[in-house]
Amino acid sequence: MGKRTIIPFGPQHPVLPEPVHLDLVIEDEKVIEAIPSIGFIHRGLEKLVEKKEYTELVYVIERICGICSFGHGWGYCHAVESLMNIEIPERANYLRTIWHELSRMHSHMLWLGLLADGFGFESLFMHCWRLREKVLDLFEKTTGGRVIFSVCKVGGVRKDIDKADLKEIVNVTRGMEKEFRELADTFMKDYSVKNRLAGIGVLSKEDALELCTVGPMARASGVYLDMRLTGHGVYDKLGFEPCIETAGDCYARCIVRIREIYQSIDLISKAAEMIPDGEIAVPVKGNLPKGEFIARLEQPRGECFYYAKGADSKFLERFRVRTPTNINLPALVKILQGCDLADVPMLILTIDPCISCTER
Amino acid sequence: MSYVTKSPWIIHYDGSSCNGCDIEVLACLTPIYDLERFGIINTGNPKHADIFLVTGSVNEQNVNVVKQIYEQMPEPKAVVAVGICAASGGIFKECYNVMGGIDTVIPVDVYVPGCAARPEAIIDGVVKGIGVLAEKRAAMDKKPAIMDKKPAATVQTEDNEEA
Amino acid sequence: MTEKWRIQNFIVIEPAQLIEKVQDLKADGYRLGQIHCTKISEGFELTYSLDKDHILTNLRLIIPEEKEIMSVTGIYWPAFIFENEMQDLFGVKFKHMALNYGGRFFKVSQQTPWNPKETEGKAE
Repeated sequence: MGKRTIIPFGPQHPVLPEPVHLDLVIEDEKVIEAIPSIGFIHRGLEKLVEKKEYTELVYVIERICGICSFGHGWGYCHAVESLMNIEIPERANYLRTIWHELSRMHSHMLWLGLLADGFGFESLFMHCWRLREKVLDLFEKTTGGRVIFSVCKVGGVRKDIDKADLKEIVNVTRGMEKEFRELADTFMKDYSVKNRLAGIGVLSKEDALELCTVGPMARASGVYLDMRLTGHGVYDKLGFEPCIETAGDCYARCIVRIREIYQSIDLISKAAEMIPDGEIAVPVKGNLPKGEFIARLEQPRGECFYYAKGADSKFLERFRVRTPTNINLPALVKILQGCDLADVPMLILTIDPCISCTER
Repeated sequence: MSYVTKSPWIIHYDGSSCNGCDIEVLACLTPIYDLERFGIINTGNPKHADIFLVTGSVNEQNVNVVKQIYEQMPEPKAVVAVGICAASGGIFKECYNVMGGIDTVIPVDVYVPGCAARPEAIIDGVVKGIGVLAEKRAAMDKKPAIMDKKPAATVQTEDNEEA
Repeated sequence: MTEKWRIQNFIVIEPAQLIEKVQDLKADGYRLGQIHCTKISEGFELTYSLDKDHILTNLRLIIPEEKEIMSVTGIYWPAFIFENEMQDLFGVKFKHMALNYGGRFFKVSQQTPWNPKETEGKAE
């Protein structure tokens, strides 16, 4: 029996781009317990509903997180549109889906890069991020922003993507697919990568259900869970099926995300082909939001809740976001128990933590 | 870029923000923008760093972390506040848990505007920071006594042992 | 495919029924999605969102501000995240929490910022 020691991990730590703090109780080299504490980025932005009108609030909500910003804007608009009984035009729905899938691509590539950096494969990190820039260029071309887009608004979207640009999106993403295959092969087949990922941090299907995990984390453990199946956006028209792996280890979580990048490329191509002509927004004058509604969206990191409660005024009474990392934290605590100290950064990375989202 | 005469190392800390600027800082280090061509390296150790790159505003929880990192950095040092949140609190200024920009706790030398700040702007900011470093270095050479005492702007914190 | 996102299912229950209801739903294979709180004039309005097969069921209860409510962490352990959050930001009181941070989960500049009228005015 070794001596028990508590190691503080974070908030400022080389492997973490964002501050999170964990107290690791270790015995020799094994982690016995991990206690997370958060609040380093807590801003309290949900409370801004009292100060910003519902049309302005979308800019605040987008800035919950710079990686999933489009999804947050969409989720908010989706919830408020439901309160006001607005049906947005079909074209707007398609455009939102295209942007959302582009977000997923860039988020997953970002994550793969960070993972590579985490296990010390610097050149793979650089290549992932190099490829990711192409998605950001597409964003810049179509929305004007690289990380914050402000393109979603209540009632539709602000900007249209014309035929030429749609074609370019398809061409660029298809081109990326070829380049990405090379990187994905390294992740999936390289001996040293596999050595760091396979069999590490296993989360069984039972545990994944018990701990209410969401997103790629749940899907890597064989849970059939993806909010794109709820029929929001145009996913049902595109014929969507979630990517499921069963191993539940770090390697499986990596594979799920790699497969989702390919899937996003396919979804974007299909959406670009099927997109109908028409309006991109409907006017929202007249009625004000009232009642309550919970919208859910599949963010790159998993299921995200957007609860809106209207008070029949320009200011919402309550708005709440429950982000995917929030509900994945208990699972992180669980997989950290019994792992090697050297694997801790790896495990923290594989839940794809987005701390800005979690703390809002 | 003949005016880049030194290769400073940077340390990056993300305050209370959306992390949009944060990933843009990382994007600066990757092949398209490549800060490393100036010899600029992102380090995790405050004692190795010359430039402190802060994104996001200050809140109750991270104020001591920001102060500690700043105090551990050796002289001369420059602080670059990246993004509008770091400058003034930005869109989150009215939030109950946000205290304001980075300059409410430590002295800031360069402000980089933008929400999120673009990589080009961040690189410009860091290069400006090199200029600030040179000036501070010159000031130190003129008055060597400054090495002995702590800078006036440093604020006392209760515990310095962790981080 | 049906538009499952439209289905909301708000079920109003009494606070005393909470544990039983949540237990029933868990036995049915439901997954806890989230718990959240809204400050209303009568006290707190709590919403427990559970999900099965991508369809939501929301349990809704209203409690007076002073009343303690049973924690569901015994049934769904991950609920500690939400309960600690509500405890820190609203001042909702929970009984028998499996993991109680005692107000240190979110460190904020004022106590229970969402429910400021009962704070002691401390800004530390």
